[in-house]
Amino acid sequence: MPAKSKSQADAIAGLPARRSPILRLASTLVKSPVGLAGSVIVSAVVLLALFGPLISPQDAAARNLRARFQAPGHVDAAGSYYSLGSDQLGRDILSRIIAGSRVSVLVGVVSVLLSGAIGVLYGLISGFIGGALDAALMRIVDGLLAIPFIILVIAISGVVGAGLGTLVLILGGTGWVTYARVIRGEVLKARELDYVLAAYALGQRRPQVMLKHILPNVISSAIVLAAVQVGVTILAESSLSFLGLGVKPPTVTWGLMLSDGRQYINSAWWMTAFPGMAITITVLGVVFLGDWLRDVLDPQVRGRG
Amino acid sequence: MRGFFISRLAQLVVTMFIVSLAVFLIVRLSGDPILVLAPDFFSQEQIEEMRRFWGFDRPLAEQYVTFITRAITGDFGTSYLAKRPAMELIIERLGYTWMLAAAAAAIGVTIAIPLGVLSALKRNSLIDLVITLLSSLGTAMPSFWLGLMLIIIFSVHLRMLPAFGALEPKAIIMPAATLGVGMAARLSRMTRSAMLEVLSQDYVRTAHSKGLKQNIVVLRHALRNALIPIVTVFGLQLGWLLGGSVVVESVFSWPGLGRLMIDSINVRDNTVVQAGLFWFALTFILINYAIDVLYILLDPRIKFE
Repeated sequence: MPAKSKSQADAIAGLPARRSPILRLASTLVKSPVGLAGSVIVSAVVLLALFGPLISPQDAAARNLRARFQAPGHVDAAGSYYSLGSDQLGRDILSRIIAGSRVSVLVGVVSVLLSGAIGVLYGLISGFIGGALDAALMRIVDGLLAIPFIILVIAISGVVGAGLGTLVLILGGTGWVTYARVIRGEVLKARELDYVLAAYALGQRRPQVMLKHILPNVISSAIVLAAVQVGVTILAESSLSFLGLGVKPPTVTWGLMLSDGRQYINSAWWMTAFPGMAITITVLGVVFLGDWLRDVLDPQVRGRG
Repeated sequence: MRGFFISRLAQLVVTMFIVSLAVFLIVRLSGDPILVLAPDFFSQEQIEEMRRFWGFDRPLAEQYVTFITRAITGDFGTSYLAKRPAMELIIERLGYTWMLAAAAAAIGVTIAIPLGVLSALKRNSLIDLVITLLSSLGTAMPSFWLGLMLIIIFSVHLRMLPAFGALEPKAIIMPAATLGVGMAARLSRMTRSAMLEVLSQDYVRTAHSKGLKQNIVVLRHALRNALIPIVTVFGLQLGWLLGGSVVVESVFSWPGLGRLMIDSINVRDNTVVQAGLFWFALTFILINYAIDVLYILLDPRIKFE
């Protein structure tokens, strides 16, 4: 196996043994309390999204008109336990929070993958080709960045119409702008590095240099930015659903739960308090994970809020 | 220096031009706007008539030229619903949004700068940890949820503050605090890292060794130099603040531009949506232009070619 002979060669040369990048990341994760907390929270939310129905105490859609607006800790006549209370239709808040994790994870992951792919490609091309094309592409980015992200998303989903699939496309189709600017800046720096010039000197073609030598060099910035954007996207989805411009019932989302909670804010505080906590804890986990990634990968990037 | 201001101004005009194009296209994403506007009972001729009346029968490029030439003179078309100039509606609301944003920004800065400085001075202490955790929490929390929780505490239970509207001066307290906390969380992080960078500089050590008092060193030598990155982040986070104001205005029924936008989106009053988007972007761009000017006041070393 070539990998083995390589590490043997390193050992002979007195270099430390090579470990896979994933192992290296895992070993720094254990040493970082922030990274550890973040990964525990995020994996818990992802597990809830995947296996929620198996551990959910009740059916998230099951109505029980005899148990409407029950405060946390209520036990109904049939013995069902409402640990976080019930809503206006007697549905269990905890079960609905578990069911709602699915939309947050789905929207967060898919939109960010979409916007990341578009933004990295856009920034790569803009920075690598440069010149008039770069100037034109960056003016478009400036223009789109001038409209605050959430307002842009609200306007588009208001015009186009709501729904889970549309929402993912809208968030993915607008979020790329941040990546485009950051990646373009990184490409400009990487373009001048010695090894890139060496690649040209060795007779490599431009597309090859762009994809094989520059792209790997800017990808760590994209990863850190992606972590920030997952949080931003989850918050955006909840805002949109809260305003009635995002996901529609009967799909369960934390934003929609808050929109219900607002209707009964005078009497049922638990309808508002707990779904919001779910959003906060989830995004906090993502923020922690992002902070840790930034420390480990160390690019100088910042997302927008 | 004058050349710099002029070239930045030219850039601003180009950006606003791109914004106008984006805004124009966004409200047309839904396809034929007349089909949305026309009542069901309209005949084909009435629909055609309506289309001619609003100018939708012209080619898209011609519609855009009409839109932009009128927009330059401050004419953003007539609201479909209110049958009044969209600009009039915007002006009525803009003041409320600016007032809310200014109050929130003031709260944010007042909290963030002292906490960020303290955090940096007591680096790695318990107080630093607490401040850092709080700022992560403030970033992760959806602002509209914080607003709802404040309503539950201060309006529903304590009956101290009005839950909605802008009828009395104290009505601004909760929406401004909601946005201010989010702003403070974002700014204090930046203040901390900017201060840490500056505190390790030679001139700070020199100031200490001259025997200057700690307060003077921190305020005059360190903070003043740390202000430049802080102000940059402040400008960028205003995008978050303006975006957040849309959702928070909706929570508190604050009669600003954000609520006008949401109301107009819900009734598909696209002229107003178009004008609102434009004015949000213009506000954001103008403030960032003002910040560029502020740089020169903060740092006389900055020179522009």
